[in-house]
Amino acid sequence: MRHRGQTKLASIYLVCILLTIITLFPIYWMVIISMRSKLEIFAGPKLYQTSIFIDNYYRPLFKDIYGKFLINSLIIATGNTGLVLLLAMFASYAFSRFRIFGSGTLFFWTITNRMAPPAAFILPFFLIFTKIRLIDTHIGLILLYCIFNLPFAIWLLKGMIDVIPKELDEVAAIDGCSILGTIWHVILPVAKPGLAVTAMMIWIFSWNEYLFASIMTSMKARTITTGLAEFVTIIGTNWGEMAAVSVVCLLPAVIFLGYIQKYIITGLTFGAVKE
Amino acid sequence: MVFTGVGNFRKLMFDPDFMHSLRIGLTFVAITCVTEMFLGLAIALLLTNEFVGKGVFRTVLALPLAVAPITIGSIWVLMTNPDVGPLPYLLQKIGLNYNIGVNATQAFLTIVIMDIWHWTPFVTLTLLAGLTSFPREPFEAARVDGANKLQILRHITLPLLTPVILTMLFIRIMDTFRIFDEIWMLTSGGPGTATRSVSIHVVRLILTSTDYGYGSAMSVFLLYLTIVMCWLLLNIISVVRKETRET
Repeated sequence: MRHRGQTKLASIYLVCILLTIITLFPIYWMVIISMRSKLEIFAGPKLYQTSIFIDNYYRPLFKDIYGKFLINSLIIATGNTGLVLLLAMFASYAFSRFRIFGSGTLFFWTITNRMAPPAAFILPFFLIFTKIRLIDTHIGLILLYCIFNLPFAIWLLKGMIDVIPKELDEVAAIDGCSILGTIWHVILPVAKPGLAVTAMMIWIFSWNEYLFASIMTSMKARTITTGLAEFVTIIGTNWGEMAAVSVVCLLPAVIFLGYIQKYIITGLTFGAVKE
Repeated sequence: MVFTGVGNFRKLMFDPDFMHSLRIGLTFVAITCVTEMFLGLAIALLLTNEFVGKGVFRTVLALPLAVAPITIGSIWVLMTNPDVGPLPYLLQKIGLNYNIGVNATQAFLTIVIMDIWHWTPFVTLTLLAGLTSFPREPFEAARVDGANKLQILRHITLPLLTPVILTMLFIRIMDTFRIFDEIWMLTSGGPGTATRSVSIHVVRLILTSTDYGYGSAMSVFLLYLTIVMCWLLLNIISVVRKETRET
């Protein structure tokens, strides 16, 4: 019996290691390509790398335009996160505490907003944005990302505020707190951890977005993902630099992963599956 | 501006290019979703066993979910490009000429594999979350009654897991249907029209032509198709959920 248990454990580890290699190898490959000079890349595929060719990172980010794209991405993702959190905080409080017309359809609203193909929206938005001169502005993208981030944030935050007992609100009301005061002094401190996770996920969604950014911007507000997509050219691609910019694109995901990992399934399935 | 009535929609229905992209999109959805479900379920069942390092493995699995889709595309460009990629190099050694810029079948298979690589972890982690939330009693009762592992899987685990599997399938179908970034980065819909799924087709049309009326008609059609699919799938899920609750 004991022997059988050990064989089973060994086979589990074997499968896990295999799956880890399959999952991580493409990412690992990107990282080592980003450390190679042109000559090293064309010398043929080697599985390891000992030296680092820093120019791949330095040239696009500090000499070329990609540094600016990076700053644009940071501005837009952070601005969008701030705006969405501010609006979603009030909205989800209202949805959670008061009876509002249409609150029953909130789930369907959330789900259709995330499920609809963005490709179906770009033409109308392009025409509207051209009319009101929001094309190629930071504020335009910040507003646009609310479409998919706001329902998501409201849905996630509502679940978190729902579990805060109503008695707390009532106590605050008796002590003379207004609704705004209640949100600030009672709800915010309790919901802080959930709020932080929501913020990180929204931030990552904004950072990761490509299609809208590529259509709605041309130069001033171009984001890093759009810049990355333009790397492959007909006259030849600088693979090392492309890999380096990809690594930069990847970094936020790696940094935030530890915090959001527990909630990522709940978030991506709209709370249908909880961990 | 000329009012054309339903002219644009009539044109859409008889547009071989659009129908071709719809067919590619749906084939892609069918293959990837089914494969991801089976693989995800198998890995999730494996992970229900407790072992040291499970947490680390789950973090590894969660990584592709947080990465930007466009970066996923770029990662696979670096994997498959004949100049830098290890895949063409390895396949060359076993005598297979691999070039997704030329070979249509290989290009389509590559985007399928890329999607499976990207999203199987998501299916795994979700099914695992479902599996760990089950009550213990039915399993213990079955074991006392002398049921073997396969019987437990067939008669207890899978029926209990059905709602989660269906929800997952719903999310995956909608997500794969609207996929854009990864394919755009990897193949841009090429070679020819081999990987031109619906979203790619719409964006290409909008970028290259100024026929906004036709583009809008296509967008509206796509939107309605999504809403109908959403509604259908949600209904199926709620019906099955009711049935599993009753039995």
